Amino acid sequence: MSLNRDQIAMRVAQELQDGYYVNLGIGIPTLVANYVPNDIDVMLQSENGLLGIGPYPTEDQVDADMINAGKETVTAAVGASIFSSAESFAMIRGGHVDLTVLGAFEVDQNGNIASYMIPGKLVKGMGGAMDLVAGAENIIVTMTHADKHGNSKLLNHCNLPLTGVNCVKRIVTDLAVLDIKEGAFHLLERAPGVSVEEIQQKTAGQLILPQNGQVPEISV
Amino acid sequence: MRGFNKVVSSYQEAMAGLSDNMTIIAGGFGLCGIPEGLIKEIENIGAKGLTVVSNNCGIDNFGLGILLKDKQIKKMVSSYVGENAEFERQYLSGELEVELTPQGTLAEKMRAGGAGIPAFYTATGVGTPVAEGKEVKQFNGRDYILEESVTGDFAIVKAWKADKIGNLIYRDTAMNFNPMAATAGKVTVAEVEEIVEVGELDPNHIHTPGIYVNRIIQGSFEKRIEKITLAKN
Repeated sequence: MSLNRDQIAMRVAQELQDGYYVNLGIGIPTLVANYVPNDIDVMLQSENGLLGIGPYPTEDQVDADMINAGKETVTAAVGASIFSSAESFAMIRGGHVDLTVLGAFEVDQNGNIASYMIPGKLVKGMGGAMDLVAGAENIIVTMTHADKHGNSKLLNHCNLPLTGVNCVKRIVTDLAVLDIKEGAFHLLERAPGVSVEEIQQKTAGQLILPQNGQVPEISV
Repeated sequence: MRGFNKVVSSYQEAMAGLSDNMTIIAGGFGLCGIPEGLIKEIENIGAKGLTVVSNNCGIDNFGLGILLKDKQIKKMVSSYVGENAEFERQYLSGELEVELTPQGTLAEKMRAGGAGIPAFYTATGVGTPVAEGKEVKQFNGRDYILEESVTGDFAIVKAWKADKIGNLIYRDTAMNFNPMAATAGKVTVAEVEEIVEVGELDPNHIHTPGIYVNRIIQGSFEKRIEKITLAKN
C-alpha cells in the first residue's frame, strides 16, 4: 500500500530533531506539524514573518493579522517572534533554518527541483521556495512518486522550469524514501507492501538499490 | 512638531500626485496587512499603466486585485499570484506583464532600494529562469546572481499605530513587507488603524521611523481573511 498524505508527513516527522528550526511548505509538508514527536521541541518558521507557529486558533482567537505562509489563520507559539519579510529571508537565505520540507512537481537525480510553474498552464509563482532551497543545507521533498497517469516525477532531468539546482538531498514519496547523491536516486525504504519492482518502474531517473538488496519497509 | 505633522484627512490627499505609468511599492502578504483604502483610492483615481511591486496581487475582488479589472496595472513584480483567476487570465493572454521574483529577493530589493543600495548578489534563483540575463559571480566557490533593487514613485503601507510624525508600529504578521516598502517610496503613504499623539509611542518599539513616511491616513479596514483555519475541537 502506498502511503497517504498523513503517512508521508509522519515519515518526514521522523527526521526532526530536538531544537530544530524548521520551515514547512504548503500541502503535505504542513501536515508534518501534526506529527512532531512528543519528546522533542521544534520551532516552525513561517516565511511571512513568524518564528514559532502555534496551533490553529479557536473561533474566538481568529485574528486576520496572524497568518502563516499558506495564508491560514494561526496562533503564535510560546516563545515566538515576529519580524519583517526581509528579516525572515535573512534567516532562510543565511542558512539559519535547520530543515526545509517542501513539495515539488518534479525532482531529478542531480537534486534539481521544479515546483513553481507549468508554462502555459499554471502560474502561481515561487513564493519563498527559491530562497528556501538556496539557503537550506537540509531539504526534504515530499511528493507522489508518479502523477495520476503513472508518469514518474523522479527524473533524469527536470522538464519544468527549475526552482533550484543541486539542492534536494532526500525525498519522501508515497512509495519510498530516497536520497539523492552522486547523480542518482538511492532507495532507502519502501512503503509497506510496495515492491522494489514497482518503485523501479515508477522511477525514471537512475535508481540505485542497497548493496545487500534489502529495502526495509517504512515504519509509520 | 508642526513641520512634521504628516496626517492627511482624505484619501485624495493621501494619494495626490499619482499618475499614469508610475511605480507603486505595496506592503502586504496575501490580504494580510494591506492598505485597503489606499488601493481603493488608486482605483478611484483610475491611473493606468502602473507597475506594482507587491508580494501578491490580492484576490479577484479585493486588495490589489481590484486594479486588474480595469487594466490599471501594466506590470506586476510578485512572488506568488495564485488565488487570483483574473490575474492568471491576463498573464496567460499576455495583457499583463509579470516579473515573478522570489519572495526573499523581493523583500531584499525593497530593503536595498530604500537603503540606497542599487543591487546585491544572492544565491536564490541561480540556475533557474529567474537568473536569465543576470550577471553571475562566484564568491567562495558558489554562484550568485546580481539582483537590482527597486524604488517606487509611491510606497503604500499598512500599519497598526502611527503617531502624527509618521513613526509606525505594525501588529503580528501584518508587518510582512510593510517595513521595507515604507523605505522604498519617493512618497510613502501609511494607512493605519490608529493615530496617536507624538510621544505616546515608546521609541523602543517603533518599527518604521517617521523619516520614511510622508503621509498618514486613518483607515478603516475590513481585514478579510483568505483561509480561516480552526483548531479541531
